[in-house]
Amino acid sequence: MDMQNLIHMANQIGDFFETIPDKEESLSGIARHLRSFWEPRMRMQLLEHVDQKNGEGLKPVVLEALRIHRGDLFAN
Amino acid sequence: MLEQKDFGTPERISDADITLEIDGMWVSVPRGTSIMRAAAMCDVNVPKLCATDSLEPFGSCRLCLVEIEGRRGYPASCTTPAEEGMKVRTQSPKLQSLRKGVMELYISDHPLDCLTCSANGDCELQDMAGQVGLREVRYSGRNHLDLGKDESNPYFTYDPAKCIVCNRCVRACEEIQGTYALTITGRGFESRVSAGKSFMESDCVSCGACVQACPTATLQEKSVIEKGLPEHSLVTTCAYCGVGCAFTAEMKGEEVVRMVPYKHGQANEGHSCVKGRFAWGYATHKDRILKPMIRSRITDPWREVSWDEALDYAASEFKRIQEKHGKNSIGGIVSSRCTNEEGYLVQKLVRAAFGNNNVDTCARVCHSPTGYGLKQTLGESAGTQTFKSVEDSDVILVIGANPTDAHPVFASRMKQRLKGGARLIVIDPRKIELVDAPHVKADFHLPLKPGTNVAMLSAIAHVIATEGLMDMEFIGQRCEEKAFQQWRDFVSLPENSPEAMEGVTGVPASLVRGAARLYATGGNAAIYYGLGVTEHAQGSTAVMAIANLAMATGNIGRSGVGVNPLRGQNNVQGSCDMGSFPHELPGYRHVSDPITRDLFEHAWGVHVQPEPGLRIPNMFDAALDGSFKGLYCQGEDIVQSDPNTRHVAEALSSMECVVVQDIFLNETAMYAHVFLPGSSFLEKDGTFTNAERRISRVRKVMTPRAGLADWEVTMQLSRRLGYPMDYRHPSEIMDEIARLTPTFHGVSYGKLDRLGSIQWPCNEEAPDGTPIMHVDHFVRGKGKFIVTQYVATDEKVTKKFPLILTTGRILSQYNVGAQTRRTENVQWHEEDVLEIHPHDAEDRGILDNGWVEIRSRSGETVLRARISERMQPGVVYTTFHFPESGANVITTENSDWATNCPEYKVTAVEVKPATEPSSWQKSYTRFRKAQHELLTSS
Repeated sequence: MDMQNLIHMANQIGDFFETIPDKEESLSGIARHLRSFWEPRMRMQLLEHVDQKNGEGLKPVVLEALRIHRGDLFAN
Repeated sequence: MLEQKDFGTPERISDADITLEIDGMWVSVPRGTSIMRAAAMCDVNVPKLCATDSLEPFGSCRLCLVEIEGRRGYPASCTTPAEEGMKVRTQSPKLQSLRKGVMELYISDHPLDCLTCSANGDCELQDMAGQVGLREVRYSGRNHLDLGKDESNPYFTYDPAKCIVCNRCVRACEEIQGTYALTITGRGFESRVSAGKSFMESDCVSCGACVQACPTATLQEKSVIEKGLPEHSLVTTCAYCGVGCAFTAEMKGEEVVRMVPYKHGQANEGHSCVKGRFAWGYATHKDRILKPMIRSRITDPWREVSWDEALDYAASEFKRIQEKHGKNSIGGIVSSRCTNEEGYLVQKLVRAAFGNNNVDTCARVCHSPTGYGLKQTLGESAGTQTFKSVEDSDVILVIGANPTDAHPVFASRMKQRLKGGARLIVIDPRKIELVDAPHVKADFHLPLKPGTNVAMLSAIAHVIATEGLMDMEFIGQRCEEKAFQQWRDFVSLPENSPEAMEGVTGVPASLVRGAARLYATGGNAAIYYGLGVTEHAQGSTAVMAIANLAMATGNIGRSGVGVNPLRGQNNVQGSCDMGSFPHELPGYRHVSDPITRDLFEHAWGVHVQPEPGLRIPNMFDAALDGSFKGLYCQGEDIVQSDPNTRHVAEALSSMECVVVQDIFLNETAMYAHVFLPGSSFLEKDGTFTNAERRISRVRKVMTPRAGLADWEVTMQLSRRLGYPMDYRHPSEIMDEIARLTPTFHGVSYGKLDRLGSIQWPCNEEAPDGTPIMHVDHFVRGKGKFIVTQYVATDEKVTKKFPLILTTGRILSQYNVGAQTRRTENVQWHEEDVLEIHPHDAEDRGILDNGWVEIRSRSGETVLRARISERMQPGVVYTTFHFPESGANVITTENSDWATNCPEYKVTAVEVKPATEPSSWQKSYTRFRKAQHELLTSS
């Protein structure tokens, strides 16, 4: 899928959760949202972008959430 | 025919009963009840003409006179309240003589053409003449018999020669509809009902209330004039907006003669709008496609085939694609115009037969943020109230909704309450009708800039939090404390004050402060919102901000208050309830929940995928990257209704098998390989769930014109995919839904027949349903305040694109217009136009009715301009009812952060005079012509 679009959508999610005062809640909220609403190939592609392009274009809070909660993105 | 007894005057509600004697029978009635109604309650029918129980008594016809023991004279029973111990006689020689005299006068100025009159057999004047025993008319002289008919309205006629000036039509227009289009002109003999001009030129909105109220053939449906009176009827539910009005479909055999609003319908209580009342002719329009068709490529001619061949082909293509591209390479979309049972079957087909979760509904592009936002804050993805609740409201806040156009029957009810004294706050970029309607004026209109709802709601919250206007007792008992503290700290920040937000919203801080104080302190306050809230990049945030306001002020959990999403289509609520979203099974349970999956896996006998599937816009993206190749699209026209038309068309063009099931060859069908003819709401059984969670029956009044109802087609497709479904009737589908969905446990067709309709949750705890939610506690336990930071949209106005385009709908047309464009409603709206403020028009040399090009970052189109002071400078507006308009060629793929609901309401554009259609419109015209030829050559 269009990577720029995925980055844009992920950053929008980051915009929302970033305002939660508790940082950990904010980061886990981003990961949980992606896990709950993004189809696996979208999540996979975003993670590949983190791995291959160092998450270029992603907001720091999103990148941090993806790195810290990577394991939760595909948990059942 | 279904009898709808007329009690003559409206019901009165009172704690105290009084008892009186009528014609020797004792009857107890609520205090305030008229003698006429009390008599009707014991089956004593006093003659009447100007009275009907949908209108306040008027006392003008003098036919309902009665005698009361101990009183002089002959009072009118409609305007005289029953009193304790009263003894009433409705029949006596004197009363008979008086009534006969009145009738003689009426009939002396009425055509004696009963046998050829269109109301013969359905005329109260005729009935009354018979009832009072009128045998001769002794008077002659001046009369009105030669007055000409007004036939300007496409749906009904006005024949003043038959008018008895009972005022019922005028009162219906005022009391029920609230439009005040009719009046009585002249005095004495000259008195006539008048719309001022012809009906079509007047303010009349064709709701039909006057026609319904008319006791003669003065105001008469043209369909009745043409076809004669119906011979049987069935109660069903309108297929247009989310109000979900109940109608009696009045029939002759399998032909609809008229649709009459059902007075016992709990959503509409006997009222209607121009769409539901009159715009049903599309069901038998010549454009209906009644044969299945297939083709290998979208450039091939369509080939008419049997149902078996079409379904075999669709199934084999889906199987082939899955074998080649994987299980997740196909999916389904179901429309919110479809029934609950159809929605349930499509998601079951996708989950059980396709084996994935790639199912979505067009609620994606309208109210998906409502589902998300209300679930997060209150715990349930639904509105909190019943429509009737508005009768107990003291303050009504309307944000991002235009009820008089989009939800007209509820708007009339809202206007009734506003006329009764409720205060009104309107938050909308446009000066919508409610801001300044006859006898309705908004106390506050906050004309914010499009895209700034969250800033506005935060500013209102700031006032409520910092001025001590919160309901701390409610918050303390009902809401999570930590989340509340975080929210209060956030909204109290100076940057969220109305003064600080003034530069963002464009609304003076004093207005915002006034509105906030009114909402918080004016008594029962209810919020009504629509797509002007949800269809934004921060749609979900705005929904949560609305829920925050309701919780902060304790305006939730009782009548007159609450959070009320006005759903765009008839079954938006239902389609979401039925698990049509790719992340949820029926009842809003996430697919990752093993207990829920286990329940469905056990019932369906298949493995259910634990991962969410693709949403509609994700399907398009996946199609363009080559990983999504097949689509089953039931009842939805994604090409016309979804944003960035070119993108959608490219995505569909890249797929190998698109199956469209629809009643017309819609825009999406032009990109399809299989066309399965659909059935209209008149041709099938099922249920719709309206904006107040009310489940109502849809009843089949005619045989499916293509031979199969939609639910049968889905079953047959599923069987061919190796997953047989064997329902014999939609009631069995509902039984399965009820078994598997806790909020529907108590729902069945039998109970719906018994109760009329049911508001879910309906289960062991609430066997008759739940009119108002969150009464003692929130569904999620404690209500959760959520911080709602305003984030400006990425869709910025620039020098190149200095205006903001916002889109919406109008009264006479509906959504993509597939239905209403094929009715006489086009007489009110035959093309989409661009509304623009006079200043913006003047700056650009744009003339009223002149052609203009609207260009955005996505594309361009050409429409006629309408210069309008309803717009604020800098904002332009159009509708999307006609495909050739290309409104969604301009809109972008920007979407709500949480749900991907498109940001239809904010598109940066430039507008300039034009002389010819846009390049897209030219290519669209060619494409459409070619597709039409491929159809006719089949």
